[in-house]
Amino acid sequence: MKKFLYTFTFIVLLGILFTGAALAQDNLPTDDEVNKVAHDLYCPVCQNTPLDVCPTDACKDWREQIRGMLAEGKTEAQIQQYFVDQFGDRVLAAPPLTTKFNLIIYIIPPLIILAGAIILFRSLKEWTTPKAATASSSEDGTEASPLKDDYLARFEEEAKKQK
Amino acid sequence: MIAEFGYGITLVSFLVAVYSVVAAVYGATKKSASLVESSRRGMLLTFPLITIAAGSLIYLLVNNHFEVAFVYEVTSRSMPTYLKITAWWGGQAGSLLFWSWLLAAFASAVTIRKWDRDIEFLPWVVMVCSVTLVFFLGMVVFYENPFTRYWLVNGNVEPHMFQPALATIFTPQDGNGLNPLLRHPGMVIHPPMLYLGFVSYVIPYAFAMAALITGRTDDRWIRLTRRWSLWAWLFLSFGLVLGGRWAYDVLGWGGYWGWDPVEIAAFMPWLTGTAFLHSVMIQEKRGMLKHWNMILVILTYALVIFGTFLTRSGVLSSVHAFANSPIGPLFMAFVSATLIASIALVIYRWPQLRGETEMKSMLSREALFLLNNLLFMSVLVICFWGVMFPLVSELFTGQKVTVGPPFYERATAPIFAGLMFLMGVAPLSAWGHSTVKTLGRAMWKSALIALVVTVILFITYTMNYIALIGFFLIALVIFVTAQEFWRGARARQRSQNENFFSALSRLMGRNRRRYGGYIIHISMMLMAIGILGMEAFQTSTQGELAKGDALDISGYTVKYRELASWDDTGKGVNFTRATMDIYKNGIYLGQLHPRIDYYFDSQQNMTIPGNRSTFKDDLYIILVDWQPTTAMGATFKIFVNPLVNWLWVGSLLFLVGIIFAAWPDRDPAEEISRRGISLSATQPSAAD
Repeated sequence: MKKFLYTFTFIVLLGILFTGAALAQDNLPTDDEVNKVAHDLYCPVCQNTPLDVCPTDACKDWREQIRGMLAEGKTEAQIQQYFVDQFGDRVLAAPPLTTKFNLIIYIIPPLIILAGAIILFRSLKEWTTPKAATASSSEDGTEASPLKDDYLARFEEEAKKQK
Repeated sequence: MIAEFGYGITLVSFLVAVYSVVAAVYGATKKSASLVESSRRGMLLTFPLITIAAGSLIYLLVNNHFEVAFVYEVTSRSMPTYLKITAWWGGQAGSLLFWSWLLAAFASAVTIRKWDRDIEFLPWVVMVCSVTLVFFLGMVVFYENPFTRYWLVNGNVEPHMFQPALATIFTPQDGNGLNPLLRHPGMVIHPPMLYLGFVSYVIPYAFAMAALITGRTDDRWIRLTRRWSLWAWLFLSFGLVLGGRWAYDVLGWGGYWGWDPVEIAAFMPWLTGTAFLHSVMIQEKRGMLKHWNMILVILTYALVIFGTFLTRSGVLSSVHAFANSPIGPLFMAFVSATLIASIALVIYRWPQLRGETEMKSMLSREALFLLNNLLFMSVLVICFWGVMFPLVSELFTGQKVTVGPPFYERATAPIFAGLMFLMGVAPLSAWGHSTVKTLGRAMWKSALIALVVTVILFITYTMNYIALIGFFLIALVIFVTAQEFWRGARARQRSQNENFFSALSRLMGRNRRRYGGYIIHISMMLMAIGILGMEAFQTSTQGELAKGDALDISGYTVKYRELASWDDTGKGVNFTRATMDIYKNGIYLGQLHPRIDYYFDSQQNMTIPGNRSTFKDDLYIILVDWQPTTAMGATFKIFVNPLVNWLWVGSLLFLVGIIFAAWPDRDPAEEISRRGISLSATQPSAAD
C-alpha cells in the first residue's frame, strides 16, 4: 500500500512536471506574437527597416531576444524600453516625446501648414473683395461650366474659322 | 588607355559647358548674337562629348576592366552584358555621369528648336542648363571620377586617375558585382525613369529663370515648357511607381512603399511638380498666380537637386558621413546658391508678376486649385521635415532618431483625403465663379451613388470606418469624373449631331489636357483602392513549418511541400526554392515558389516572394529561413494583401492618361480652345 502511494505520488508529480513543461512549450511565443512587437521597433543597424521584416542575422537574434522576453512575461512597453535603453531612441518608429527637443517634429509642420493656410485665405479674401475698377473689366458672372452648349458652339465656330 | 580617354573627354565637356555659361551671359549682356549662338553650339557639343565619355565607360564595364575602380565595384565576370551596361547607373560616380548625359541630351533637344520671337530667352536657358551641367560634370571630373584606376604603390593598392611615380597598374581577378537588388529588371529601368523626370524639370526651370531675367514675365515661358513639364511629371511618376513595384517584387517585406528617406527624396519634387501642373492652368486661363508658379518651379528644381543630394551624399545614414563625403557640402552649396539666386530674381520682378484678374468666388475653380496647392505643399512640409528631423536631431542633440511610416501615415492621411475630395469637387466648378448651389446641383447625383456604394461595402465588405470614408471618396471622384465625360460628350452630341462615341472621342481629342487629366484622376483612384486595401486590410502570419505542415491565413491554406537548393555557377548564384501548395477554402489553387537567391560575388541575399495576384487580394509568401542540413523545417512569412493589384492597374491607366495628355499634336484646335477661354476671361497681357 505504501509502495503504491509512493508510486502514485511519483506519477502524479511526474505528470504535473510534464504538464508544466508542456504548458511552457505552449507558452513559447509564436512568430506572430514576436512580429507584432518587432513591427513597431526599428532595426538599429539597417536604417528605416522594421524589425519584423529585416532579413539580417543581427535582426534575427533580436527577434529571438524579443521571444525570450515575451516568454518571461514582459510587456510590449517593457521590451520597447529595453531596446531604447540599449540602442537609443532610434529603435522607435517616431521620436518619443521624452525630450523637449523632439517636440519640434510635431509642432513645426502644423505651424507651417497653418501659416500657409492663413496666407492663402487672406489672399483669397483680398482677391474676392470686389474692386470698382476691375469689376467692370472682367466678365460678368456668367456661370460658365466650360462644357455648356453655348460655349461649345462658340468653340467650334472659332475652330472652323481657324481652318 | 580607354580610361584616360574617357576622363579626358569628360574634362573637355566640362570645359565646353563652362564656356557655354560664360558665352551665354556675356553674349546676352553685350547683345552679341554671335556669342549667344556660339554658347548654344557649345551646349549642343556637350551631348556628343558626354556620349563618347559614357561610351568609354560602358566599354570598360562590358570588357571587365577591373583595374578601373568603378568597374570593379559594380560588375563581375558572371554578370550578363546587359547588366554590365546598366551598371553604369549602379554606382555613385557612374550615375552622376548618367545625370549629366541626360541633362546634355535634354538641353540640346530644347536648344535646337526654332526660337523665332523667343530668341531673348535662348542665352538664359543655355546658361541655366549649362550651370547645372557644369555642377554635375564638375563633380564627375574632380570628386567622383568613374575612370579612376587601381595602382600598386609600394605594395599598397590605391585608386588614382593618373599613374603615380613608380606605380604599376593593379587588376583584380574579378569584380565585386552589382548589388543583387539592382539586378532586377524593375531596378534596371527605375533609376533612369526617375532621373529622366528629375532632369526634365531642369528645362521648365531654365525657361522660368529666362523669363525672370529678361522680364518677359507673361505666361510665354509656361506655354513653351508645358509639354516638358508634363513629360517630366510622367517620368517622375512612372519612376516612383516602378520603384514601388520593384520593392514589392524583390525587397521581400510585403509592401511597396516604406516612407524611406530615399523614396521621399524622389516623392518631394513630384509633390511640387504636381502642384505646379495644376496651378499653371490658373495662370494660363486667368493670368493669376505668377509669383506662385515661379516659386513652385524653383522649388521643384531645388528639390530635384536636393533629392539627388540626399540619395547620393550619404547624409541619410549620418550627418558625419555627409561631412566626410566630398560631394555633400558641394551639393548643399549648389542647392542653396541656386535657390537664393532664384528667389532673389522673383523678388526683383515681383511687381511685374502681379495678377491680371481678380478672383470672384471662394468656390471658383482657381480657388479650389489653390486649396489643392496648399494640400500638396502640406504633404511636402511633412515629408521634408520628416526627412530632415533625424539629421537636425543628430546635429543638435547627438541622438539619432527614426521617423518611420506611422509618422507619415498619420500626418498625411487626412491631407490625402482632402485632396481626393477636391478631385471630386474641382472638375465641376467653373473658372471665375461657382456657388454652393451650382456645385451641389452638379454633384448630388454622383455623391448619392457613391454613398450607395459605400453602404453596400459596409454591409458586404468592411466596417472599418476610415476605409469606408476612403471608399466613399474614391467612388465620388470616379463618378464625378465619369459624369464629366458623359456630360461633355452629350453636349457635343446634341450640338454636332454625332453619335455618342464619336462625340466622346472628338471631345477628348480636342481637349487632350483636360480629359487626359480626368483619366489620370480616375487612375489615381484605382491606385487609391490598392493603397487603402494594403493600409486597412493587410494581414500576415509567420511560422516554422515541417514538410507537409500548413499555415492558415484569411481563408488561404499554405502547405509546405519541399525545398530545393542548388548552385548555378554560370550565374554565380545559389538558389533556395520552396514549393508551397495553395488552397483557398479547401480548393486547390496551385503552387507558389518563394525563394532566396544568394549571390557569390557580392555575398548578398535577394528574397523573391511567391506571389499569387488577383483583383481581390494577393497571397504573398516569403521564405524567411530554413534548416540547411536537414532541409526539414523552414520558416515562412505570409501576407494577404487585399486589393493591391488595383495599384498596378491604376498605374497603367495613369500612363495612358498622361501620354494622352502630353502627346504632341499639331491640331490647331487646342490653341484655339485655349484662346477661346482666355478671350472670355480677359485680354492676355503680351502679344500672345
